[in-house]
Amino acid sequence: MAYSDKVIDHYNNPRNVGSFKKEDDEVGTGVVGAPECGDVMKLQIKVDDTTGVITDAKFKTFGCGSAIASSSLATEWVKGKTLDEAMQITNTAIVEELALPPIKIHCSVLAEDAIKAAIDDYKKKKASVGAHSSADGTDSKS
Amino acid sequence: MLKFPIYLDNHATTPVDPRVLDAMLPYFKEKFGNAASRNHPYGWEAEEAVSMAREQCANLIHADPKEIVFTSGSTESNNLAIKGAAEMYKEKGKHIITANTEHKAVLDPCKHLEALGFDVTYLPVDKMGRVSAEQFAEAVRPDTILASLMFANNEVGTIHPIAEIGKICKEKNIIFHTDATQATGKVPVDVQSMGIDLLSVSAHKMYGPKGAGFLYVRRKGPRVRIAPIFDGGGHERGMRSGTLNVPGVAGLGKACEICKNEMSKDRAHALALRKIMHDRFFNELDFISLNGHPEHRLPGNFNVSFAYVEGEALMMGIKEIAVSSGSACTSASLEPSHVLRAMGVGEDAVHTSIRYGIGRFNTVEEVTYAANKTIEAVRRLREMSPLYEMVKDGVDLASVKWTSH
Repeated sequence: MAYSDKVIDHYNNPRNVGSFKKEDDEVGTGVVGAPECGDVMKLQIKVDDTTGVITDAKFKTFGCGSAIASSSLATEWVKGKTLDEAMQITNTAIVEELALPPIKIHCSVLAEDAIKAAIDDYKKKKASVGAHSSADGTDSKS
Repeated sequence: MLKFPIYLDNHATTPVDPRVLDAMLPYFKEKFGNAASRNHPYGWEAEEAVSMAREQCANLIHADPKEIVFTSGSTESNNLAIKGAAEMYKEKGKHIITANTEHKAVLDPCKHLEALGFDVTYLPVDKMGRVSAEQFAEAVRPDTILASLMFANNEVGTIHPIAEIGKICKEKNIIFHTDATQATGKVPVDVQSMGIDLLSVSAHKMYGPKGAGFLYVRRKGPRVRIAPIFDGGGHERGMRSGTLNVPGVAGLGKACEICKNEMSKDRAHALALRKIMHDRFFNELDFISLNGHPEHRLPGNFNVSFAYVEGEALMMGIKEIAVSSGSACTSASLEPSHVLRAMGVGEDAVHTSIRYGIGRFNTVEEVTYAANKTIEAVRRLREMSPLYEMVKDGVDLASVKWTSH
């Protein structure tokens, strides 16, 4: 398997490897894939509550070089974007950027899913926190 | 001085031993004759080389030279043995026994025969990749005509109880074929004491050239008959028509001779190198497991699963070392290893397996380097593995609800 230079670069120098505390309010976590399929991605975002901008992102991936590169790239791309903007990131853009061959397209799909799952998790968290605080009568949005 | 990439894929193929190459060269140059040319010295020289090789091959497996049929290698030998015996004995019965960890060159001919109306039993293997004699005996039916069971597995190196199964086949009058591609020249193979009727060998797995091999076909007790696949000039007693690859055959013979003379030395060497890798890995890393049988195993085979690290990613991290993986991502078909799956090691362990194949020309320096490099890459990849993190945090991965895709 010949990898593109960009895949090799991300594999050798993965960006933003690590973890945030899952429990933190400003953190959204997406875990996608399955060990028996050969890839699992965990992508986390840290969101500024007031602006809705993703200020930081981290990943950990079990998978081939293309899966590692796709998730590493995804963390780079989501940083500085609003949640809505990050939702617009598509797997095809990842395929293009990393020059993934057809048999590695599923790696990019997984990265897109991971971004969406992380955003979803964050939004759910906010909703439950919001519901909780409005019951207290302190939520500004109500 | 280490030469990169370090070759540790000796189950895929082996380098040609320089002594083998020397034995072949004259038959490319001045001694280029056709072994079937009976009427001039060019033919006689070639025929002489072929006879000598036939003897060298026979000696390695305790056979008679007349029982050696030269082929292009094990895929052809397996096809010839299985299809040829099935065709010859189909009036007697249509049942064949094999195992589901066989090489594709055995499984696919069996599938071909199934399509022609034969009935094939694919024996399951245990966790170590072995079929037991009892299990084999239970699968035997009155209409069983042929059994095909590999001597040693190409992925995990597990050696089946060949002599015990050969004995059952003799008692039940079943033709016993073994694909001994990986075992021949590495461990003792004796067609007499093991009751083998048909045996496939490739030269390139034992420091000989690619494109040469043989099929052993028993002549006495019982006299085994096989229908040819190729029709033509009636070479190799009618079983394999086609002008012999004389340089290849000469190389095959020499490779057999060297393997016979140096088997104990080669074996001790492979075991010593394997121990170096084994000890380094098991001392330095957690969550690793040996695939295959700890004792009934080829000396040069070391197949390990590094849990929570995907095989292809690991191979990318050790690109200075030429190895193979059971991971789906490394195969053209995207199918993970059917052997590891059949052994029930767990789908996740299949994806994390690496096969190191140690051979005659590997050195202590090479395997030490390979072990160190692997340990370094495993550690690095585990740092970015969500699975390793979860396990370290006490999460039971089996209890997690995964989103499969």
